[in-house]
Amino acid sequence: MTRTATTSTTTGSGSGEPLLSVRDLSVTFGRGRRAFAAVDQVSFDVRPGQTVGLVGESGCGKSVTSLAIMGLLPARGNTVTGEVMFDGQDLLRLSQEQLRERRGSELAMIFQDPLSSLNPVVPLGVQVAEVLQAHKGMKSGPASRKATELLNKVGIPDPTRRLKEYPHQLSGGMRQRALIAMALACEPRLLIADEPTTALDVTIQAQILALLRELVTESGTALIMITHDLGVVAGLCDQVNVLYGGKVVERAERHDLFSRPRHPYTGGLLASIPRLTEERGRRLNPVPGSVADNIPWEGGCAFAPRCASEVEACRSTTPELEPDRDGLGPDRLLRCHHPLEENPLDDIRTHQPEDTEGGPA
Amino acid sequence: MLRFIVRRMLQAVLALFVLSVLLFAWLRSLPGGVVSALLGERGTPESAAALRAALGLDQPLPVQYWRFLQRALEGDFGISNGVYRGQPALDVFTQRFPATIELSIFAMVLALTFAIPLGYLAARRRGGVFDTGSIVFSLVGVAVPVFFLAYVLKYIFAVQLGWLPPSGRQDVTINATHITNFYVLDGLITREWDAAWDAFKHLILPGIALSSIPFAIIFRITRAAVIDVMDEDYVRTARAKGLRQQTIRVRHIMRNALIPVVTIIGLQIGALLAGAVLTEKVFAFTGIGQALALGFELRDYPVLQVLIMMAALIYIIVNLIVDVTYAIIDPRVRT
Repeated sequence: MTRTATTSTTTGSGSGEPLLSVRDLSVTFGRGRRAFAAVDQVSFDVRPGQTVGLVGESGCGKSVTSLAIMGLLPARGNTVTGEVMFDGQDLLRLSQEQLRERRGSELAMIFQDPLSSLNPVVPLGVQVAEVLQAHKGMKSGPASRKATELLNKVGIPDPTRRLKEYPHQLSGGMRQRALIAMALACEPRLLIADEPTTALDVTIQAQILALLRELVTESGTALIMITHDLGVVAGLCDQVNVLYGGKVVERAERHDLFSRPRHPYTGGLLASIPRLTEERGRRLNPVPGSVADNIPWEGGCAFAPRCASEVEACRSTTPELEPDRDGLGPDRLLRCHHPLEENPLDDIRTHQPEDTEGGPA
Repeated sequence: MLRFIVRRMLQAVLALFVLSVLLFAWLRSLPGGVVSALLGERGTPESAAALRAALGLDQPLPVQYWRFLQRALEGDFGISNGVYRGQPALDVFTQRFPATIELSIFAMVLALTFAIPLGYLAARRRGGVFDTGSIVFSLVGVAVPVFFLAYVLKYIFAVQLGWLPPSGRQDVTINATHITNFYVLDGLITREWDAAWDAFKHLILPGIALSSIPFAIIFRITRAAVIDVMDEDYVRTARAKGLRQQTIRVRHIMRNALIPVVTIIGLQIGALLAGAVLTEKVFAFTGIGQALALGFELRDYPVLQVLIMMAALIYIIVNLIVDVTYAIIDPRVRT
């Protein structure tokens, strides 16, 4: 259905056949009438060396998508359908053992909260070295020498000493660097980063993103960047998929997305970023409402209740993910009955004086 | 680490001192008392006063305590004035204590061997038949009084089936050499294999009875801890790293899940010693449990003091070991 996406000639660093091809991936929690589709027929591709962003607010299904790709969803209580083709094999149909062999070596993942993602009672060195021992068949000696190298590479000073330390003895930034070292230990072909900077303070965020960009570029690893932060997208992603209510609502190359957002939700996300050029004391522009206001995708658009450009069709017909009708290029996909005509940022700039309410005296 | 151990040891010494004061005061506040117990019906006020003076009981309590403390520090806990009359109280302890320790260790090993793997399995199959069955079984384990379970086991396996000996520590017909008074160990040291085997068979039934409560508690704690740990982010990280199931289980799940289990093991030592008293009674097992019971009947202060103090000492030492183990497992408590 959404094969059009694969025909795009990418402007990013990736090229050629996709490394990962997600097709109609759905993840449903619960059964029968209480079933809830956290991820609803999501399709996207990642080419070697490409960085693809999955963007959306909490509950849009971005983390569940990544866990489904990695095969890390709980064994019970959910149903996963669709296809996740990686290197010619459907990851969803591999046995646990086949999947285990690929995890950590070909596919790796880094998580949101570096402190809780590290084992508190095992020295850092062991936690890095065990990946090498599991996949490269290394003995503990060579593995820990390699671990020192890796820690050094991700910018952890004095790695020999740090190897013997425990997670609680490290700073937040160090911990995330250590997790990155573990993920990249076996030089995976695909790295999934699930909000890797959310738990860190702003200066550290920038460092970690710079590190990720550097390592990914250097090694040619493809990256799926999961985030709610469009600032992260702006600095890192070649292509962006905006998710809403478990579905992709807009897909575009980074530059196109920022210069001409088409989906009202994307527009809302962009408008909600605080800007230094704005007048002091101006209120932020959040997307109104919350995911709790969503209506089902069946017979409508889930975003309609929160949408300023809602039209009649939004409550009667499910929008399909289609190439943009306004001829903005074949690689732009959109799921909307009434897309934005102009960049909401321009709108905000023009209307700013009237909109100001409760500003400073 | 060393500072940690030294601090804990100082705390232990303080705890023992406080306990000795309380114990001393408490024993002497019991109704009856040693004089009436010793003299019985034939006692006259004069003979009672003479006996009190001879035993030093006419002195004020603080003076009595001071004397007790001085002697105790030299290893003299007084002479028994109960059933073991004439024997130094410490000897009563050293002769009987190995039996209780042997039984307690066996019971604890038994409990740990089954409780930890079963707790893990139950957690992995949470909500399944095995899990539910184990919970019911462990609930029964806690709920059934130790002495009742002891009688049931004895009746079925010793009396009816005759598989195991009903009482004692070793068959009297075996003329075994005793060096340490740990009978199984003695048999192994002297290579008297049949003596060791016989002593071991005598341990099985009381051991099972005694292990029932620690088993049930350790099982429940292990199960709960494993369930908690399995949901932790670092276990997800371990899976994302593609580690072998074995590595995830041992290094990432059990190492964390054992932290609360180790704490419980230390606390269970108290329950184990208390349970030993009852179990020894049923199986005529000549440990300190029996000596304690007899000591109370006859107000045998020296014997009671040494037994209770030593039991407390063991409890404190085990918990010290537990704390150290805890610090080894969990680096966060070391500082």
